[in-house]
Amino acid sequence: MSPDDLLYTKEHEWLRIADNGGTVGITDHAQKELGDIVYVELPKTGTKFNSGETFGSVESVKAVSELYIPVSAEVIEVNEDLGSAPENINEDPYGTGWMIRIRLLNKSETEDLMSAEEYDEYTSEGK
Amino acid sequence: MRYIPNSQADRQQMLAEIGADSTEQLFAGIPEKLRLRRFLDLPKALSESELLEYFRKRASKNETEPAAFIGAGIYRHYIPIVIDALISRSEFYTAYTPYQAEIAQGTLQAIFEFQTYIAQLTGMEVANASLYDGSTGLAEAILMAQRVTRKNKFLVARSVHPEYRAVVDTYAKNLGIQIELIGYAPDGRMNLEQLASKLDSNTAAVVVQSPNFFGTIERTHDVAEMAHKHDAMSITNVCEAISLGILKPAGEDQSEKRRADIVVGEAQSFGIPPSFGGPHVGFLATREKYVRQMPGRLVGMGKDFSGRRGFVLTLSTREQHIRREKATSNICTNQSLCALMATVYLAVVGPKGLREISEHNVLKTDYAVTQIRERTKFRVLFSAPRFNEFVIQNPLPLGEGRRAREAQARQGEASTNGSPGEGLSSPGLPLWRFYPELGNARLLCVTEINSREQIDRMVQGLAS
Repeated sequence: MSPDDLLYTKEHEWLRIADNGGTVGITDHAQKELGDIVYVELPKTGTKFNSGETFGSVESVKAVSELYIPVSAEVIEVNEDLGSAPENINEDPYGTGWMIRIRLLNKSETEDLMSAEEYDEYTSEGK
Repeated sequence: MRYIPNSQADRQQMLAEIGADSTEQLFAGIPEKLRLRRFLDLPKALSESELLEYFRKRASKNETEPAAFIGAGIYRHYIPIVIDALISRSEFYTAYTPYQAEIAQGTLQAIFEFQTYIAQLTGMEVANASLYDGSTGLAEAILMAQRVTRKNKFLVARSVHPEYRAVVDTYAKNLGIQIELIGYAPDGRMNLEQLASKLDSNTAAVVVQSPNFFGTIERTHDVAEMAHKHDAMSITNVCEAISLGILKPAGEDQSEKRRADIVVGEAQSFGIPPSFGGPHVGFLATREKYVRQMPGRLVGMGKDFSGRRGFVLTLSTREQHIRREKATSNICTNQSLCALMATVYLAVVGPKGLREISEHNVLKTDYAVTQIRERTKFRVLFSAPRFNEFVIQNPLPLGEGRRAREAQARQGEASTNGSPGEGLSSPGLPLWRFYPELGNARLLCVTEINSREQIDRMVQGLAS
């Protein structure tokens, strides 16, 4: 069961809304599918993205996958620890494995995201 | 006879499989105006003995006697015979990139040594397994800087090899890259005042070549420092790799700000013959922090299950066979055989030998420059320090020089090589095509293989 305080995308990112900002990472389901993560490429703070744009990539021993931003946002903080400890994404995807903190540019876009229940149903359908 | 390996039945079967009635239908997508409705206009095939005779006749036309004094991106250096002996071993002579570490340890180790040599010579942390040649290497370096900086404006010295710049233009023109040229100062080096005026926060990188196309040595470390002040990258291009034996590496300096971010170039000078322009071998070296944006194959050293040293292709997730359209480059191979030649060359000459060869180039070039100044009416342009090339300017205007050349051509005496034999006074490469403002100027090159007698004869030709 995915944490029910988060919102989810079909590309397996999660978004945690708090106050004015949000935090983004990839789901437990995604990290299991990717396998051991060896590298994460993340944007610089201050970069702005439109909803659905690529904000970085995550590299596992199997493949490289793009990271898609759940909502239009400006990056306000990047998890620098992932540079030396990308395995945090495998070990704690909703905690120390967070990737970026954002300022939402259009809050109404969160309505397009999935709830935990919807996401779990989506992933159980065989993706 | 045309050799088509599959039979009519094979072809019908393949066409049926994809649902086409005929080969013609298979090509229906090609517009009529682009189609050639006839056979290519080729001469008739020759027998083996006729073919050998054909090449013997042409080979006999090669001028080997008068010494050539031409460089301009491809250099004549002494090639130790051990290189041919080693690269002809059957373990090595498949030039294709080895994928399978289990059966290719020798080749992979040789590539790893090539990378190590290039990293050492350029003062960089990591070098790739080689690229097609220097010019495509420079284009790759520019695309890499675009990925790293996510910026599009590039400031490129006009003293970068003009044909390299043409290749860069071809790569860059549909990728939103803007190239702005920076002129050269009267001393033959990049005009740093002009550079300073054009640098801004939109600049992705500054590209400088050293020794530059005129043979003068650029202030690569100053250029890097200026670029870094504006968060731009610094790319140093090297056409004449022998210069790495004596010049301070562009990637090396006490101050990090003064180190180049990418050193790219052509390694033909390391034991690879001119061969009428190729195949040669490009190299690209950079800082470890940029390694994931680097193009091309990379061999790493690791340990196997039982702790023994082994070599393997690494960081392949950058590459096209894994990452498809998101790959750092569409290069899917390297120049293994030529890289091996360079590796054997460097192993044979060693650091001291390379230094000595570099010194010979500098000293002989200096001798030629002095002699031309003292004994001929030609001007030697540009006062900055030089490696093994220099520009001379004929006091006669361009038109007369060209008319004289054409007259020579009519008499059948002209040599494309510009050999300074009897009655010929035009060694080197004419520059009017690339730098019309220099007038009747030529680019000359003197390497360790040019004897003092050859230089004297060339100077005598210019004097007469």
